[in-house]
Amino acid sequence: MTNPKGRFGIHGGQYIPETLMNAVTELEEAYCRYKDDPEFNRELTTLLNEYAGRPSRLYYAAKMTEDLGGAKIYLKREDLNHTGAHKINNVLGQALLAKKMGKTRLIAETGAGQHGVASATAAALMGMECVVFMGEEDTIRQALNVYRMRLLGAEVIPVKTGTATLKDAVSEAMREWASRISDTHYCLGSVMGPHPFPTIVRDFQAVISREIREQILEKEGRLPDAVLACVGGGSNAIGSFWHFIGDQDVRLIGCEAAGRGVDTFETAATVNTGRLGIFHGMKSYFCQDQYGQIAPVYSISAGLDYPGIGPEHAYLHDTGRAEYVPVTDDEAVNAFEYLARTEGIIPAIESAHAVAYAMKLAPEMSRDQIIVITISGRGDKDCAAIARYRGEDIHE
Amino acid sequence: MSKIKNAFEKGKALILFLTCGDPDLETTGAAVRAAVENGADLIELGIPFSDPTAEGPVLQAASLRALEGGVTTDRIFDFVKELRRDICVPVLFRTYANVVFSYGADRFLAACGQIGIDGLIVTDLPFEEKDEFQPFCTKYGVDLISTVAPSSGKRAAMIAKEAEGLIELISGSGTEDGSESENALEVIRLIRENTDVPCVVEWNALPASGQAGEIAKICDGVIIGCEAVKLLEQYGAKAPAYIGECVKSLKL
Repeated sequence: MTNPKGRFGIHGGQYIPETLMNAVTELEEAYCRYKDDPEFNRELTTLLNEYAGRPSRLYYAAKMTEDLGGAKIYLKREDLNHTGAHKINNVLGQALLAKKMGKTRLIAETGAGQHGVASATAAALMGMECVVFMGEEDTIRQALNVYRMRLLGAEVIPVKTGTATLKDAVSEAMREWASRISDTHYCLGSVMGPHPFPTIVRDFQAVISREIREQILEKEGRLPDAVLACVGGGSNAIGSFWHFIGDQDVRLIGCEAAGRGVDTFETAATVNTGRLGIFHGMKSYFCQDQYGQIAPVYSISAGLDYPGIGPEHAYLHDTGRAEYVPVTDDEAVNAFEYLARTEGIIPAIESAHAVAYAMKLAPEMSRDQIIVITISGRGDKDCAAIARYRGEDIHE
Repeated sequence: MSKIKNAFEKGKALILFLTCGDPDLETTGAAVRAAVENGADLIELGIPFSDPTAEGPVLQAASLRALEGGVTTDRIFDFVKELRRDICVPVLFRTYANVVFSYGADRFLAACGQIGIDGLIVTDLPFEEKDEFQPFCTKYGVDLISTVAPSSGKRAAMIAKEAEGLIELISGSGTEDGSESENALEVIRLIRENTDVPCVVEWNALPASGQAGEIAKICDGVIIGCEAVKLLEQYGAKAPAYIGECVKSLKL
């Protein structure tokens, strides 16, 4: 029998080198101490409301609903948060926790740069040092966010190893944490990695579904029929799903990045193309070859370009409670442009994956049904890359 | 039960670490033979992993060279089987959990038992998760080797109590204020209190300052890791002769 700690079914666990064990144990103890502490929660709620701008709006997308001719569509506007994405929810929680633990330095990995920007922001606010690891490939794709992090006083270290993307940034952040534990907190950005990270990040992101639930009950007097969110590691998705898991009539749909298609090697659709494995501290599904070597994945979206998925999603997939569907680059780019034209909202290319699936799903549903799509972030950061995808040669 | 204790019969053991297939398996074989001829008491063979999260740049590069050379778990099993015709010192595998897990832990350890592997070190398998592979290690008579770090503190006692084969003290934080070696000495003391299983230390984990000499004196052996890999990086297929020389110079 394997260690039951931090398990979601068979997934999760703490598969990390001995050098990190005391660090995760210290973090787990601190989290247990503060998570139900009234003072901690008061401080966090103040930060979320006064600084990050919560609660975020649940917006009825009337034109999109009319155009697609099916289910009523609501958008959960995490893109309106300070720093432009849901990442700030988790970062404010972890930075506050780190501060209580006496840490003076935050390190983080980032893919699209949104988590890095959020970490740099929280560090600036709380007077902490901040170092962000980012795949070199992503520093090019998301140059604007690199500049934002530096502007906020963080050091950005381009990671050149492996595929020079998100997974390599996670590996490098883990190496850095192992070599400097005493003053440093690793502010992990998704519901992945060793226990207690998947639980901590989920708890800090669960505010999304707590609000959706209250807001939809107020507006419609009932729960939605489906909640859609994009999934890389899966933090905005688990945040959007969490308070609906017990409501069997609410379909929970995670939209994975299929890249150029699930039948190609250029994909990051972990549940749809991966298999069970152990990597980055957790047992879950991973894109890998027959010998367990992690596959070089691909997606147009730097934030979903990761070969694994959080262990709780792997469990929700196993039990059938949530569905995980692949969405290609092309579908996501179409949805990116569609939402801009139809609702005047430019979503992050990550979030556009969820919009794309809603565009397929909504027409198949009846007009008295309700879909909620979490718009996890804003798309300003993606405009140059999407223009290039469409063959326009623009420079930031 | 295991043959690993043989490596410590003549005093302190000298252990060589190499990544299999860096840059090819012929070179790995020649390097192992050169090391054993020059007095290496135990060989630790790395099975490369695409994303060695605990390794520094030197060992990351070695894994990459090996994988680019086309080495696989199956080829490594064939290679060790061949190596075992003339190499009699204990041999360990060192790799990452996914390499064992994806092969099938039962199938992986059955193969280890068959080709004469004496122990397995899984870098990302801490004490709390060792039941993932322990039943299969026991079933096929392969020791599951424990690691400790200077940062392990009191954990060292718990780890030592269940240790088998040997215990490896790996490097932890890169602090150079001497606290690292203080911590390492404390960890070794806890190990000694709780087990008779030998404790070996990574040569490059010995701090440049502080009590490096004292740590080397009280442990049961040293692992030459980075040094041999650096020679492979520099000399490629010609490295075995240099590795032999290196082992000879360090043999006490």
